[in-house]
Amino acid sequence: MTAPREDIALVAAAGRASSEQRAAWLSTRHLVLAGAIAVAAVLPLVLQGFVVFQLTQVMIYGLAILGLNLLTGFNGQFSVGHGAFYGLGAYVTAILMQHYSIAYYWTLPAAGGICFIVGFLFGLPALRLQGLYLALVTFAAAVALPQLLKFHGLENWTGGVQGIVVDQPEPPAFLPIGTDQWLYYFTLAVVLIMFAAANSLVKSRTGRAIMAIRDHPIAATAMGINQPLYKTLTFGVSALYTGVAGALGALAVQFVAPDSFSLFLSIYFLVGLILGGIGSLPGCLFGGLFVLYVPNIAAEVSRGLAGAIYGVIMLLVIFVMPSGAAGFTRLAVAQLSRLRNRDLRR
Amino acid sequence: MQLLLQQVIAGLANGAIYALMALAVVMIFLAIDHLNFAQGEMATFSAFVAWQLIAWGTPYWVAFIAVVILSFIGGVAIERIMFKPLHNASILSQLVAFIALFSILNSGDGYLWDYTIKTFPTPFGTSPFFGSVLIGSHQAGMIAVTAVLLVFLYLFFRGTRLGLAMRAAAHNPESARLVGIRVGWMTALGWGIAAAIGAIAGMLIAPIVFLDPNMMFGVLLYGFAGAVLGGLTSPGGAVLGGFAVGVIENIAGTFIPYFGRDLKLTIALLVIVAVLMVRPTGLFGRTAVSRV
Repeated sequence: MTAPREDIALVAAAGRASSEQRAAWLSTRHLVLAGAIAVAAVLPLVLQGFVVFQLTQVMIYGLAILGLNLLTGFNGQFSVGHGAFYGLGAYVTAILMQHYSIAYYWTLPAAGGICFIVGFLFGLPALRLQGLYLALVTFAAAVALPQLLKFHGLENWTGGVQGIVVDQPEPPAFLPIGTDQWLYYFTLAVVLIMFAAANSLVKSRTGRAIMAIRDHPIAATAMGINQPLYKTLTFGVSALYTGVAGALGALAVQFVAPDSFSLFLSIYFLVGLILGGIGSLPGCLFGGLFVLYVPNIAAEVSRGLAGAIYGVIMLLVIFVMPSGAAGFTRLAVAQLSRLRNRDLRR
Repeated sequence: MQLLLQQVIAGLANGAIYALMALAVVMIFLAIDHLNFAQGEMATFSAFVAWQLIAWGTPYWVAFIAVVILSFIGGVAIERIMFKPLHNASILSQLVAFIALFSILNSGDGYLWDYTIKTFPTPFGTSPFFGSVLIGSHQAGMIAVTAVLLVFLYLFFRGTRLGLAMRAAAHNPESARLVGIRVGWMTALGWGIAAAIGAIAGMLIAPIVFLDPNMMFGVLLYGFAGAVLGGLTSPGGAVLGGFAVGVIENIAGTFIPYFGRDLKLTIALLVIVAVLMVRPTGLFGRTAVSRV
């Protein structure tokens, strides 16, 4: 039992660490990360097909929530409409694959690029609005998207109410794995790259500018940060992340239809973000887990009262962890290290 | 011209629903400084309770008043039990609590009263109003009730000590506490009033859209839109905003060829976004000025 406690203490000590300790903390952190990736790589080989599919979905939702986190958690702009970007990404992939026969891996950059442009343009009017008023505009996007997708003038492209069936990505011939497993590894690779990129972004000069705007817009402007530029760019990047997640989602589910991208999807993302931890990258994956599994658990407890049980679970989580899973972990680690320090002094 | 006039009147009839909901939304915003996403579900729950009372043989107006009082108590109870423990948590954490409340009430309605659509009685009758086929006497009655509520609330918030205390508590909790206002109870009271208005809205809307657990969801969307259009800090603005949303939606559906009918909700939202571009705090909202 001593080994994990040491790790935790090291992590906690990093806050006021000397450079030596800091190096140790980094290596511990890297070890944990490497271990997690190794586990993630082995999982599909030992689990059943359906569970592998579910885990793929968890990663996809986690990625979508990461997009929302960049905007809401790091930049402080509200969005109740990220389901719309998810849906847009999914439709870009579906249309490119089925109407233009483009290979599935090339559709991801296309979905990301289109969502970036739309998100950037969306960020322009958002500059004038704050808080709830901005929430309403994004909310309008979430409500409008299913209607637009069903619109008969666009039916040739979107397939109207019927939606579009997407071909399943086939694994390369030289790999002896099934399609579910291939999709899992493909998603894992994309998600790792995107999380690493987000991590670099957040720790860079740009990332600090983005967070400064959240914490004190006026001070940020006074320090020479170009607020309109950073805010619109963050909107674009956030939409890009969620759009790529949507594209992966289309590949995983192999089907897109207007009603899969309703307002509720946006609300689920928001719930996942908050329960995972605002402004935390690993928290996004916890959010993905919550979004995917908790409704199923609730439905298993009682079919008639599934919604009520889902609500009660949400309430319990928010009462126990008001700042999300990430905040809770931080708090727990700090408590443990305080206990340990007391033991050492004795 | 005839068609335009007809569509405007029909839009006003729909707008009366949105206006009533927008008023409830703004009320709770003024009292607690947040939007309540569960407002519609609270109203639906109240309407179901009223339906049950009437089904057991209670006269309409007795049930009406009983439900308004029960809803007031229920609103206070929800604040005390669910939201008081979270009052230090971030806005987003409270948002999760709102969504949870939404989910619990929606699912609870379905469990207790199932999902079949029920008719709800109207106290105003269903005859055409002054011979017009576009606006029934029920809609006219709703508009009248909305107007009365608005006057009543205006007098309460502008003319009574309690109303002033509530506004102070929502606007600046710290200073309000320092002058001896019990901020926590003011918030609870705000929840109670909002729940009571929601109950009235639910009972008046139910005869038109019919009673089922999901009846308020669409209405709430329009209610939010109307409230934001009018400005979240202005009850009168919210009512006007609600009517405006109803009229815009109807006119867009009738007069814009090709895609007007399919996309009328989208068009209404676009109009609102355009208005917000020009006036970022809504048509009648106060611009918040803060000291740096």
